[in-house]
Amino acid sequence: MGLRLREIPKSWYFLFFVLIAYAVLFFVDFSLFVLVFNFFLDILVKILPVFILVFILMGLTNYLISPRFLMRHLGGRGFKKWFFVVIGGILSTGPIYMWYPLLADLRKKGLRFGLIACFLYNRAIKIPLLPVAFLYFGWRYVLVLSFVMIFASVFQGILLDRIINGKGGVK
Amino acid sequence: MFEAFYRSGKSLLNTSPLIIGTVLLVSMVSVLIPKSFYSVVFSGSVIFDSLLGSLVGSISAGNPVTSYIFGGEFLSQGVSLIAVTAFLVAWVTVGFVQLPAESAILGRKFAVLRNFLSFVFAIIVALVSVFILEVLGWV
Repeated sequence: MGLRLREIPKSWYFLFFVLIAYAVLFFVDFSLFVLVFNFFLDILVKILPVFILVFILMGLTNYLISPRFLMRHLGGRGFKKWFFVVIGGILSTGPIYMWYPLLADLRKKGLRFGLIACFLYNRAIKIPLLPVAFLYFGWRYVLVLSFVMIFASVFQGILLDRIINGKGGVK
Repeated sequence: MFEAFYRSGKSLLNTSPLIIGTVLLVSMVSVLIPKSFYSVVFSGSVIFDSLLGSLVGSISAGNPVTSYIFGGEFLSQGVSLIAVTAFLVAWVTVGFVQLPAESAILGRKFAVLRNFLSFVFAIIVALVSVFILEVLGWV
């Protein structure tokens, strides 16, 4: 039995539509098509080796970090709590919605909204994807941006706590 | 260990159509759209460019790698580093697409406020990062 249309992941639809655009260009303006395709090959050759490194880093992160492991360490106090939330956010893997139930559970157990926001913000810093970021922007840029984002995440968490819970911030 | 690498391989394989599609799209856009277009849209104004970058990043969604590819090509087309940084940060911190799920599970007030703050912070992070890079002489 053939694969049903609804079983095909959405990402394949995107690729399919882009390929249609390429097919149109092929017939409309072949010389432009060659130019565009060579541009594509240039980028592909540049990023393909990096993905081998990404695969290794993703495997190691998946192996070493689990939601249970993070949950054990998110219960620290004071500065330690912020530190573990930042590290937890950076090390967490998988789609963001996978973490919502865990965070909701932690919220019920008393984890502040600010800490949840901080965790979610730091998910933006992905160690396995750093090689790709280095390739495009250089390690100095990525280093500075990552540090600024970590500080911003804590600041955002404190601000969010203050807005939601009033002047004191902590609830 | 094998299970962890198997999951990583599967995850990469699942995102590969998206990444290949993005590279194909970026290649087409880069060749077909003249550089002058970007200089018209991104005026060179620090505030306007960072706001625009953050706005475009906020309404976009997907794997961060996609944003790197777009951001890298934006830079090569002459878009300012501040605008590209705001775009990159908003892409990964603001989640309009996930807003309904986030609201349902963590509360609407929290979800709306967090996303709004992330949008504003994308601009602040971009300004501060580029300022630091300039002070250090790294750009």
